[in-house]
Amino acid sequence: MNPYVLCFALFLVGVYGVLAKRDLIKIILALGILGYAANLFLVLVGYRADAHYPILEPGVQLGPMVDPLPQALVLTSIVIELGTTALMVALAIRLFQKYGTFDISNIRRLRG
Amino acid sequence: MIPLLIAIPLGTAFLISLIGGKRDLVAAVLSLCSTAVVLIMSIVLFAGLHGHTLVYSVGKWPAPFGIVLVIDAFSALMLILIYTLALTSLLYAVPYLESLGRDWKFYALFMLMLSGMTGVIITGDLFNLYVFMEIGLLAAFALVAFGGAAEEYEAAFKYAVMGSVSSSFILIGIAVLYSASSTLTMAKIAETLPSLDPKLVGWVSALFLAGFGLKAAAIPFHAWLPDAHSSAPALISSMLSGVLIKALGVYVLIRLFFNVFGAPQMILSVVLVLGLISIIGGVLLAIAQWDMKRLLAYHSISQIGYVLIGIGLGTPLGLLGAVYHLLNHALFKGLLFYNAGAVEIALGTRNLKRMGNLTKLLPTTSNTSMVASLSIAGIPPFNGFFSKLILIIAAVQAGQPITAVLAVIGSLLTLASFMKVQRYGFRGERVIEKAEPIGWSMNAAMVILAVLCLATSLLVVPGIREVVLSPAVQAVMAKTGYVHLVLGR
Repeated sequence: MNPYVLCFALFLVGVYGVLAKRDLIKIILALGILGYAANLFLVLVGYRADAHYPILEPGVQLGPMVDPLPQALVLTSIVIELGTTALMVALAIRLFQKYGTFDISNIRRLRG
Repeated sequence: MIPLLIAIPLGTAFLISLIGGKRDLVAAVLSLCSTAVVLIMSIVLFAGLHGHTLVYSVGKWPAPFGIVLVIDAFSALMLILIYTLALTSLLYAVPYLESLGRDWKFYALFMLMLSGMTGVIITGDLFNLYVFMEIGLLAAFALVAFGGAAEEYEAAFKYAVMGSVSSSFILIGIAVLYSASSTLTMAKIAETLPSLDPKLVGWVSALFLAGFGLKAAAIPFHAWLPDAHSSAPALISSMLSGVLIKALGVYVLIRLFFNVFGAPQMILSVVLVLGLISIIGGVLLAIAQWDMKRLLAYHSISQIGYVLIGIGLGTPLGLLGAVYHLLNHALFKGLLFYNAGAVEIALGTRNLKRMGNLTKLLPTTSNTSMVASLSIAGIPPFNGFFSKLILIIAAVQAGQPITAVLAVIGSLLTLASFMKVQRYGFRGERVIEKAEPIGWSMNAAMVILAVLCLATSLLVVPGIREVVLSPAVQAVMAKTGYVHLVLGR
């Protein structure tokens, strides 16, 4: 159970960061943490205690195996997050060029 | 044929970035051609369905193990809608982008967004849905920022943050569902779900409701929408508001809640309440706006509310109204955003106070905006009237008179706010002497959508309704049918 609690704590850290931080870069980092929590959760879902790696070898007894599918999903999800993060960093750079600050309380031309 | 629906737009996107590099016209023609091809393909698919479901197993992996692509009447109808709007957007794009001084990259991103939406609609696999959703969203973030002004970067960043958070929620929901059912194929999950703890369904649907509800921009998840939709270039606003929030949000909610979770009453009541809040909240926020595109963006929230109450009622008639209104909203809201874009090019402003007597200067724009305003406000004989009428009748039949009354009030407030648009914006007293000319293809796009706004009101005629809308509703309402068809039993 403990790994799940820690995973949830990581998730909460991410949510806190997104909600409470005022710096664009810190928000992007918090989103990264949020993504890691989701990925970690996926890996935990596939984990089995005292299990074998899921490759059939001649002469090895079949026991419980780790679920390989979530690991494949996590790889995909990491790549997606890389794309999103790259785009957001690019947006942050442009925002800095336009507004001269990373502080979101000063980036407020849209309202209403 | 089914995988080609994803492959053609995706291939075009990369082809444009490879060869379109120097010539914008090549990129425009390429994307127009491929959108036309997929539109024809989806119409052929829809006509050839006759109540059947087409299933394609990717890489010959059979259904519960591999990824399946599923086309039934509902998804085919959504595809037709998306490609129709995309085609008019591309027609509109050529002169509009010239006036913005922008280039071929737009078309590449546009096709990428199109392939993302197609993927979300035809996939039968939850994680595959997540991947296509992210493809579509990533393109949408970039397109919102495409104009290159400070406000656009700000709106895009806000959209990107909220979109990523909701995607994380969805991913966690998918992980929970996978750990409980050991499969990602939606039909197989639907099959194993009754044997699982009902609390689990509650938790997972809460996660999905937050995730996809944010993509659909229902209040209280709406904060990104007015900024993103009003800052983006006009044709992107019309794509985002017309189809993206529906393909990634409402469509997935309908698919998951009806075909996978079997429409539990608890979730439907929550959706109904969200719908009602969105109708009233959206329209009240809209009526105070003077920026034309921001006003339209708030109306998107309100109109999505109508679709949500149709889903929340959960009756076949309610769902018919929801699907019909979804279709109609894409057409008239797309048209209204084109109008706003045309006015912005002609006068250089979106502020209603600085417009006036446009009927002479921009006859096509102001006439089509009249059609669209009457449609969204629900005045017969335009399409918006019939879909709202169906929704209100469905609410009364389901024993929810309060819902019906609130829907009527929302409709009246919509009428009021569009009278404001017409009164100050297009038929105002302020005299404007000169306006920039707008391209003929922009006018063509507006006229096509205005004609469609009238033509789709024919869908309410019983003979046509049974051919077009009813199969879609049946595909959603048949709870076990989806499972059997996809798993091939």
